[in-house]
This record gives sequence, C-alpha cells and structure tokens, in this order.
Amino acid sequence: MKTFRKVLPKATIMFLLFTALCGIIYTALVTGLAQLIFPYQANGSLIVIDGKKQGCALLGQQFTDPSHLWGRIVNLDVTTYKDRQGRTLVYAAPSNLSPASPEFEKLVAERVAKIRASHPEKEAFPIPVDLVTCSGSSLDPGISPAAAEFQVTRIARARSISEEEVRQVIARCTTGRFLGLLGEPTVNVLEVNLILDGKLR
Amino acid sequence: MNSLIQYILYTLILVALAYPLGLYIRKVMDGQPTWFTNLLQPAEEAFYKIMGVEREEQMNWKKYLWAILAFSGVGFVFLFFLQLLQGYLPANPQGLPGVSWHLSFNTTASFVSNTNWQSYNGESTLSYLSQALGLTVQNFVSAATGIAALFAFIRGLRSAQTEALGSFWVDMTRTVLYILLPLNLIIALMLVGGGVIQNLKGAESVPLVEPIALSAQGEILEGAHIDLATKTVSLEGQVVPGAQIITEQFVPMGPAASQVAIKQSGTNGGGFMGTNSAHPLENPNPFTNLVEMISILLIPVSLCFTFGEAVNNRKQGWAIFSAMLILYAICLIGVAYSEQAGTPQLAQKGQVDLSANEQAGGNMEGKESRFGIATSATWATFTTAASSGSVNSMHDSYTPLGGMIPMLEMQLGEVIFGGVGCGLYGMLGFAILTVFIAGLMVGRTPEFLGKKIEPYEMKWSVVVCLATPVAILVGSGLAAAVPSVFDSVYNSGPHGFSELLYAYTSAGGNNGSAFAGFNANTPFTNVTLGISMLFARFVQMGAALAIAGSLARKKKIAVTAGTLSTTDAMFVFLLVSIVILLGALSFFPALALGPLAEYFTYMM
Repeated sequence: MKTFRKVLPKATIMFLLFTALCGIIYTALVTGLAQLIFPYQANGSLIVIDGKKQGCALLGQQFTDPSHLWGRIVNLDVTTYKDRQGRTLVYAAPSNLSPASPEFEKLVAERVAKIRASHPEKEAFPIPVDLVTCSGSSLDPGISPAAAEFQVTRIARARSISEEEVRQVIARCTTGRFLGLLGEPTVNVLEVNLILDGKLR
Repeated sequence: MNSLIQYILYTLILVALAYPLGLYIRKVMDGQPTWFTNLLQPAEEAFYKIMGVEREEQMNWKKYLWAILAFSGVGFVFLFFLQLLQGYLPANPQGLPGVSWHLSFNTTASFVSNTNWQSYNGESTLSYLSQALGLTVQNFVSAATGIAALFAFIRGLRSAQTEALGSFWVDMTRTVLYILLPLNLIIALMLVGGGVIQNLKGAESVPLVEPIALSAQGEILEGAHIDLATKTVSLEGQVVPGAQIITEQFVPMGPAASQVAIKQSGTNGGGFMGTNSAHPLENPNPFTNLVEMISILLIPVSLCFTFGEAVNNRKQGWAIFSAMLILYAICLIGVAYSEQAGTPQLAQKGQVDLSANEQAGGNMEGKESRFGIATSATWATFTTAASSGSVNSMHDSYTPLGGMIPMLEMQLGEVIFGGVGCGLYGMLGFAILTVFIAGLMVGRTPEFLGKKIEPYEMKWSVVVCLATPVAILVGSGLAAAVPSVFDSVYNSGPHGFSELLYAYTSAGGNNGSAFAGFNANTPFTNVTLGISMLFARFVQMGAALAIAGSLARKKKIAVTAGTLSTTDAMFVFLLVSIVILLGALSFFPALALGPLAEYFTYMM
C-alpha cells in the first residue's frame, strides 16, 4: 500500500497526459486531416443531388416494391431514434437468431414463399441466400450478383422496360473484390433503385 | 477456390507485416533509436519531465505491478464518472443523458481491462466526449499496459541476478509514442479514405426511397399503401386511423475512424457503432476490412518476434509463433467449413441456394454481402484468437459448431496470439507449464531459457493459465443459477445457454465479442461481467509479473546435452497439446450443454 501511494501521483499525471494526447490531440488531428483530404467519406458518403440529400450510399434501406431491386432482409428499428423535430427515424438491428433453430426455419420459409410469389418465372431455380437472410448490421447496402440477377425479370416486368436495361443499371452499381481477390462482389441496392427511379444518373 | 486464396492471403499478409514490426517493437522496448526518434524524442523527454520520471529508473516486480494498478485505477475512476456525467458535459450533440451506474461500471471495467465488451449501443448511448476522451484513451492505454507488462516479463526472462524489470512510466510512454500513435494515425487515415466516418457533427437523416408505415400503436404495417400527398395509410383498401409515416432514415455521425483504428490495433474491439465492424459506416468495404482485420492480429503476432529478438533466441520466438499458428489454422478451418456448409433450416430442402456460385453462399444470416463467408470466418477466427472482440458478422447467428470454435478460442485462455502483450505472457505461462510437465516425464529439472523452473514459478504459472477458466466457469455457473438472467437470453433452447456461456467466456477471456442477442444491460449481468473482466485481467497480469520477478533474480545456467529443447517441433507439439488439453478438460461439459447440444439436436 505504501508503494501504491508513492506511485499514485505519477500515475495520475501520466493518465492526464495520455488523455490529452490520445483523447484530444489524436482525435483532433485525425478529424482535421480527414476533413481536409477525404471530406465526402468522412461525412458519411451522403448522396446529394442538386443540394438535396437522397440517401447514404453506404446504408441499405428496405425495399418491397416490385419495381425496385430488393436487398437483404431488414430488421427495422422504429423505436430508438428521432430527429430534432421529434419525428421517428428508421434504423435497423441484426436478428441475432440461431440459423439452426426452428424459429429461424419458419421465418425463412415465409420469406421463401413471399419471394416465390413475386417471381413465378424463377420457379425452377433456388433463391440466392442473400435474399432470405438478415445481415450483420441489418443495414447492408449490397447483395450478391446472383441475388440481383434473380430479380431482373420481375423489375423489367413491373417497369415495362427491357431486362437488358435493368442488367445495365445493375452492372453500373456492381463493385468487384478488392484487388480482384478479397471480399465479395456486391451490387449497391440503393444506387440501383435511385437510378431506376431517375433520381440518380 | 477464391475463398481458399483469401484464407491463405490474409494469413500471409499478416505475417509479412508483423515480422518487421516485431523487430521495431524490440528497439522501442530497449530504448534504442528508431525512425521516429528525431521527431518524437522531444515529446518523450517532455513527458518524463512533467511526470518527474528518471529515464533510467528500474522497478522491481511489485512496484511495476503497483504502478499498473494505480494507473488503471485512476483511469477507472475518471471513465466511470465521465459516463455518469456526460449529460452535463460538452461534445454531446445528440443530447444523450448520463448512463446508469451499473452500465458505467461494466463499460469502465471492460475498457480498462482491454476487454471492450459492450452492454450498450454506441450510437444511442454515448456522447462524442465519452467516446473520444473516455473510450479512445482507454483503448490506447489498456493496450499499452499489456505491452508494458510483457516487456517487464521478457526482461525477467533474459536478465540474471537482478530485481530490475524496467520502468512502467518509460515503457508506457515509449509504447504509446513510438508504436501506437504513429501506427494508428496511418490506419485511421486509410480507414477514412475507404469510407469510415470521422467528424464531430450531430447525427444526420436521409430520405427513404420507400417510406414505412406504422400503426397508431407503433407497429410496422407491412404491405400498406402510403399516400404521401394526403399523408394517409391504407391497408387492403381501408384507411388506417392514426397511422404514422416514416420518411427518413437515421445516419449516425461522429469521430469513428480514429477510435476504430485503435480498437482494432490494440486488441480492444469495442465498436463505435453497436454492430461494430459489421456496420457499413464503420467498415464499408473489403479494403477497410483488410486494414481493420490485419490490425487485429498485427501487434500480437509481431510480439512473438519481438520476444525472440529480445531474449536473443529467435528460434524461441518462432517456436511460440508456430504453436499459435497451428492452433489458429485448426480453428480457421473449422469455422470456415461450418459456415460455408450452412444449416438445413436455412437450405429449406434446396429452395434456398447456398452454393458459392456468383455469391458467397453458405450461412449468410448475420453476415454482410461484401464480406461473405471467407472474410467473415477469417475475422471471427482472428478476433477470438486475439482478445479483440470486434466483429464484422454476428456470432450469435453462426452455425452451432461455427459459433463454438470462437468460444473455444477464448476459453483456451486467449493465447492464440491473444491480446497485445497479455496473449504472449499467457502463452509463456503455458510454456513454463509445458517444460515442467515434460521435465517430469523424462526426469530432469525443468528449465526455460536458461532459468530453472521451480515451485514458485509453477504456482504462478498455474494462476496465469487458470485465471481465465476460473473467471469464465465461476461467472457462467453463477449466472446460470440466477433465474432472472434467463430473461436476458434471446434464442430458445441450447442456443440460449450458449449466449450466456459466450458472454461470460468473452468477459473472462477479456475478449469482448458477444452472442449479441444476449441482453447484458441489467444490474446483475453488468456487475458480474465487469468483475470477471477485472479479475481475469489483473490476476493474470500480477501472476505473470511475479514469475518475472522471480526469474530475474535467478542465475543463468548453461545449456547442456541434458537440457530439454524448447525450440524444436516436439516442444511445439507438447505446448499445443497442453493448451488444448487444459481448455478441453475445463470446458467440455459446458460446451456439451450449449453448442454441442444444439448441433446434435438440430443439425443431425
């Protein structure tokens, strides 16, 4: 205990020094450099068209309309966040369900039935797994190319445009693996839908 | 095929970067000049001057330990009150209130012990001041404390007939200035470039392409027709009275990248966002993921080489590294295989496509499309091998065996590379146990690096090796006996027990990852988890320093023909076996009730 009292003042001074260095100076330095060099990324990669925010390129939204590309299953959170005017904002949370549970089996069966009903032309094909699962953040902006291709006919039919047009939009919004090797190729669902709706060029 | 390339490539990149860093850290440890010396020496000198510290000061093991406890104690008090009082403090654009005492205790214990378990969601609970001034600081200093304790431990192994283990003040200062700050400046800027947010603005909102309708009771109305012009919602032709239309999405903001960098590189793991590095604003793409994931194991792996270099026995460093790598590879193969295979409940008798054709396939529940199976499984293995605990996919939604392996990695004592510093001294505790057992088998006096291993070291090595299992088993056993804890469990059946076991495993292993369905934000779980974390961290650290102090006093003895080699394949094999044996014996019964029961019930 005597040793403890002896080292305590130095420990306190060191803690204060590190708080200033790592908490304030480091955070301020990174923020300053980030805002200087990468302002778009540092501020949330917001899609702004003609001065109007249209979405966040990195956050997925829920799509259920037949004329839109659908993304991962979203587990909506409509209770946690409000804006300054008190209006409810939507966010999302992961399912945290065990994929080996009977509850999960029932949920997936419902999702399969829903997708089957909207895609009669794909009856003979199994459904890409991305379309029936909730992601880790539940805000996944992407789906696999297989999951996008599965929906092409339905979107073309709902919009009375050619499948080729839909495929072109999807191809424009597809990102490959990093260096061609790491991660997975994905289609940005929000961007596809903003282009299809004519909001984004 | 691509997945296999990814698994190999991630491992190769890691080792290729860790080796030079390991040699660099050795120079920092021994006070030798480095690339940054000219730039940073004035700051280093200023630190010593303000603290009133002599650069040459030497501490014995007890003083070193007291210095660690005093420093951690001061940090604990500061962080505890910072969170309680955040509602009255600046840098709080969301106007968040102070957090409850038990949540603050849990979070403080968690961040001071380098666990970074989170019972809360960052976006909705903590102000930017609490995040930057509280959590970011502890991210740095708890990591540095682990590295400093390892330095003291290594000095104990290599010196002879002395009490001196170095100075905690000097080790901390040099570790933060020369290793953690430069490394994290680079990592943070790479992350922002890749799309991670870094600002001090309040949260944003953006319009939804498809608005969402809520009933008057706040329930989501699926398939409703929304007329934005008249602001009416109708369901099957009927107007729903009192319905609410949501037209905007919440977009969190804040200084994320700076904190994410150190949470990855300091094996901390506490995310800026609730869903950690699965969140697209915390980890937007495979590039940022590469940077973050390599950062998890970068320092723990490099310290193996620091150790070899410092004790002037590179082979010993490689031997310890090899043992860790073998354990890591076994775990990676297990997780990767289980997750790629998926579950029958997901496959729906072939209705759902789990193949890897134009998609990642496999068990995608709780995984992000951009990461797929390979990148998620590698991360899960990395993060539980190290005591990081950050996640890029939800471990609660892993297959029964795919989720059991990360749990087992923590239960083995966080020694597969482990936390920064503590992973290596944990593994060296096992190495001492191994030479003792091997020595008994062939009837020789056990020696390690020219030091006789005697009952004193043995006792404390057992404490090093058993601190984690004891914290886990006592904690989860106690929790399982309290009925109210089962209200925190989210999934039903054996998986629910797995959630509880995972929580106490994560706390006892100072890991911090979670089966996140488990609601830990209750007074009982917050407090018991907090105590487990502090116990595992500081009891193990104290025991390691006691060994170091005792070894430092001993004479070096010459290597003879009768000395058992601690660098050959046989030793590596024995070490791996003992780590597995101790973990398996301690945890098989608990695992049989959780993940194994789930596997045999639902997967067979």
